[in-house]
This record gives sequence, structure tokens and C-alpha cells, in this order.
Amino acid sequence: MPDHPGEPIIRVRGLVNRFGAETVHDGLDLDVLRGEVLGIVGGSGSGKSVLLRTIVGLNRPVEGQVEVFGRDVLEMSDRQRRELENRWGVLFQDGALFSSLTVAQNIEVPIKEYYDIPLQLMDEISAVKVGMVGLSEEAGEKYPFELSGGMRKRAGLARALALDPEIVFLDEPTAGLDPIAAGAFDELIRDLKTSLGLTVVMVTHDLDSLFAICDRVAVLVDKKVRIGTLEQLLKDNHPWIHSYFHGPRGRAAQHSEVRALTKQEARSAAPV
Amino acid sequence: MATVAATLAESEDPGALVFAAAGEWLVATAAELDRRLRAIQLPSGKRVTFDLAGIDRLDTAGAWLLLRTEHDLAARGNAVEIRNLRSNFAPLLDQVRAGGMVVPAPHPRPAHHTITGFLARIGEISLGLFARAYSILGFFGAVCATAGRLLRGPRRLRMTALVAQMEQTGVNALPIVGLLSFLIGVVLAYQGADQLRRFGAQIYTVNLLGAGILRELGVLMTAIIIAGRSGSAFTAQIGTMRVNEEIDALRTIGLDPIEVLVIPRLFGLMLTLPMLTLYANILGLFGGCLMAWSSLGITPPQFLRQLQSSLYPWTFWIGLIKAPFFAFIIALIGCYEGFQVARSAESVGRLTTLSVVEAIFLVIVADAGFSIFFSIIRI
Repeated sequence: MPDHPGEPIIRVRGLVNRFGAETVHDGLDLDVLRGEVLGIVGGSGSGKSVLLRTIVGLNRPVEGQVEVFGRDVLEMSDRQRRELENRWGVLFQDGALFSSLTVAQNIEVPIKEYYDIPLQLMDEISAVKVGMVGLSEEAGEKYPFELSGGMRKRAGLARALALDPEIVFLDEPTAGLDPIAAGAFDELIRDLKTSLGLTVVMVTHDLDSLFAICDRVAVLVDKKVRIGTLEQLLKDNHPWIHSYFHGPRGRAAQHSEVRALTKQEARSAAPV
Repeated sequence: MATVAATLAESEDPGALVFAAAGEWLVATAAELDRRLRAIQLPSGKRVTFDLAGIDRLDTAGAWLLLRTEHDLAARGNAVEIRNLRSNFAPLLDQVRAGGMVVPAPHPRPAHHTITGFLARIGEISLGLFARAYSILGFFGAVCATAGRLLRGPRRLRMTALVAQMEQTGVNALPIVGLLSFLIGVVLAYQGADQLRRFGAQIYTVNLLGAGILRELGVLMTAIIIAGRSGSAFTAQIGTMRVNEEIDALRTIGLDPIEVLVIPRLFGLMLTLPMLTLYANILGLFGGCLMAWSSLGITPPQFLRQLQSSLYPWTFWIGLIKAPFFAFIIALIGCYEGFQVARSAESVGRLTTLSVVEAIFLVIVADAGFSIFFSIIRI
């Protein structure tokens, strides 16, 4: 695990979210550091997606402060918001591709909105993105309903990456994918993170991807967040966190991670 | 965005042309860079060096431009060397290079801009129309078979669903149907009175109202309102169930979607539309009566006497008989289009619009058919 000297790029303070009588977040604090992959986990209904939606400004909290790049998201003008919005990308759960546009056109939507670029070059850029997320060339001319779930997620990621954002928000990126596709998606995120210098915030249920790519994990318990590296959280004795990481699935994911690491070490040691 | 700048300086080195790239090679500067890079003209065999030492920021678009230029020049026989790439940009360049030379996906373009394209489109639409009519006929058959089976064994008829449909399509439609019929009566009486007054035949306004509303307008207006209100709802409800795979779920549980979804809607509407028509007739005549009273001074008792003497015995029934047929058309089309929904939310919207247009069209065609039929049997 690398160190995190990075400054906080997202800072959430005293967040309160309430729907009717039900309080989802109560005084939640969260820092996301530049260049890290942060996983957000929690039980069903614990408000993971609400937290994500609040940070990107789709949900207005009852109380609290959300700062992204050092600026208050809740207090900014529309113009400032637009400037902010081309510095982040969001991948929604099922891709949320515009159904009347092809994949290539979907990717071009944000580019067209913000920049005046010749058509030919724009087509090339969108084709580069299609390739980067591991879709075949033909996928660019397909409509969303012609794609499988995994391909839709990749296409959604390509659209989220269209403007080379600094932060990417992923809402359950591997949910509904088969283990091979999920593993490939994890790898893709990791590759893109190193090559593009992304900060990644992902809501996930997938223990394998937590162990595989997350630098730190934020656990939503008791309407607040407990954040730490996996090693720290594995030692946490909060009952929910303990049963999450030490339940049968948590243990299996840990073991497979250990196995993968030892295999990797063995491989890198072999040629010497 | 004025602060963003990228430069490309050209200088001659022994044996090679050096391009010193500097600044921010981002999507924001890509348009200008694209123009500059495409304009590079070199004699074949000339060696080219890209010096990237000055690049402060690089994104996918910038990396793509570099790699595309490298590829294009290499294809023209110029050896290309990239040097002084900062180590933190190397992974990005590798990532884009791994994608290879991309071929942009062609955009879908409308194909009917030529005469042949236009003719082909007409042909396509006509064939589509026949295919559609055939398919609706099939659905009609399936519905009739199920309906016949249920009428023989009515225990399988879903009474709760039927009553719920009647409430939604009937009771809840009372305000709008009533108000519109009332207004139609008012307008018709006013226009009729205006024309007939010239001949001193104001009293015949009542005849016009009676025949117009009872025979045609009452039932037609009601059918059109219900097509817009309930026919569209049928398509949207069943279509949404298609998108959610609920129809497939019904089938796997062993339930017949036509029996569960179509029959209650069909029977419900066939029962409520005649009642709504009766109600629309009453309110239409009421509106006409008020207008005749206020603008012509025909009092309600006079109005009723004139109405009674002017009507043929069949006038009232002719309107009412049409109602269940119109209801059948509306429900059939509404449900049929619902089942046509593909697994995308977009098709729900498209087919809902289509179902309303089709239902109104067919209702008016059927009304014309009834007029011909009634004139043949002379009632």
C-alpha cells in the first residue's frame, strides 16, 4: 500500500441527510485524498449512494458542508458548477447511457458541451476512449440497448472519462458482472488510475475489488463513516465491520488476495 | 480557459527536424494542435524528433494527437523519435498506444436524402404497416380466444382487477369527460343558434344538439378523451412491465399475461365507455340547454319538449351502441402496443404516443364505418 501524502481533494463535514423521519447521515465527516482509490461500503440502505449523490451535487443535504477542490459545492454559482463538473466524471450503476445515442455519441456529449473540436478529431478521441475501457472498435457504433451489462458499464466509464477528469465516482461498478469481467474491471480502474492520475471514489459491495484496488475504505456505520486502510479496518471491532470483513465471504476475499500477492511475488522473484 | 496554451516549435537539427512541444496538451487545446499537426509537410525519408520536455500537462487527447502524428509520419516514410517524455506521462502514452490506431465508429446518418432513399423509405413504411396489421390481427385473435375461454368459465375472471380498471378508466375520468362534453354542448348550441337565427329557425338548435350529441359527438369525444387518457396508460403500464421483465415473470409463474393484464382492461373499458358516453350525452345536452336558454331564450321545459319530438327512437341507441366497439379498439391497441415495447425505456415513450394516435385514428375510421352501415340499414 502506498503512502498518502496527497492533500484532501474532497472534504465533507458535518453532513446530515434526512428523508422524511429517517436520518441517513448524522454528522458525517469524510476526506478523500488526491490520487487514492477510496471504497465506500456499508449495509443496504446505509446511504452509500446518497453520500455519492450528495458529493456530486445531485442531492442537497439538510446540513453540512461539501468541498471539492477546496470549493464549497453547495454554495457555488451555476457557472462555477460547470467548471467543476468537467473536472469529475460519474459512472452510474447501470451506465446511464443516453439511449437515443450510440456509444461514440454518448462519449462525445461532454466533449461537445465544453469544447469546440473538429468532428473528425472528436470521433478519434471517442474511439480512443472506447479502446481504453476495453471495448471493441465496433462497440462505438452500437446503441446502449444492444450492449450487455458489462459493456454498458465500460461505455459509461468511457463517457465519465471523456474529459480526462481528476476524480471519478463509481456507483457499484462491478455489481452484476461475472467474476472475470469484475476482475477485469478492477484492473482497468487500477490501470487508468496510474496512467491518468485519477482519484477514484467507488461505492461497492464487492469485497474482491475492495481488496484488489482500494487504498482506503470508508465504512458507513451508525450514520457516520469509519475510514482507514484495510489493515486498520480488519482490526476494527465494531460488530458490523467485524462481521463484514471476517464473515465467510470477507475471509475468502482476503485469502484470494493473499494468494494473488504471493503468486505475484513468486513470479517476480523467479527470473532472478 | 484563456490560460491554457500549447505550443509546437520547429527547429532544424543535423539530420532531423525537431518539434519542441510545450505547454498544456489537453482536450482544450486539441483543436488548434490538431490543425498544426495535420499541416506538417515533410519530404519522405526526413527524420523527425518530438521533444516533449516542455509539456506541463498531457491528457488522452494530447497523447492521441502525438501518437497519431507519429503513426501518420511513419506511414509516409519519416522515422519518428519521441524523446524527453516525462516519466509521469509514460503510462498514459502506453495506455493510449495499447489501444492501437483507432478507426472512429461511423455515425448513424439518415439515409433518405436521395430519391432512391426516399422511395425505399416509402416501401419500408408500407411493408411495416402490413406487418403491423398482421401482428395486430394475431393479437386480436389471441385476445378473443382468451376472452371466449373466460366467458365460458367466468370463475377465472379477475373481478378485483376488473373493478380497479373500471374505477381508473371510468370513475376517475368523470370530471374531464363531463367538463369537455358540457363545453362541447355550449359551443355547438351557440354556433347552431347563430346560423339558424338567420332563418328564424332558432328552435331547431335543439334538433341539431340532440342529433349531433347523441348520435356522434358524445360517444366520439368520450372515446377520444379515453384513448388519450386510458389507452396511453395501458401502453405505458404494460410497457414498463415489459422493461422490468415482469411479463416474463408472469409467464414463468404460469400466468397468461393476456388473461391477467389485457382482459381486465378490455372488459373494464367495454363496460365503462358506454356509461361514460351516457354521462357525456347528458352533460352535453345540459350545456346546450343552458346556452339555448341564455342566448335564445328557450326555457328548459321547451327545450325538453322539442328534444323529445325531434328525436327518432334510434338516435339515442345509435351513439351508445358504438361505445363498446370503440372501447374494444382503444383497449386492444393500448395493450398491443404495450406488448411491443422492447427492453428500453425509450420505446415506452415512443409506443405510448403511437398507441394514442393509432387508437384515435381507428376510432374515427370505425365511426365512419358505422355511419355507412346505419345509412344502409336506414336508421
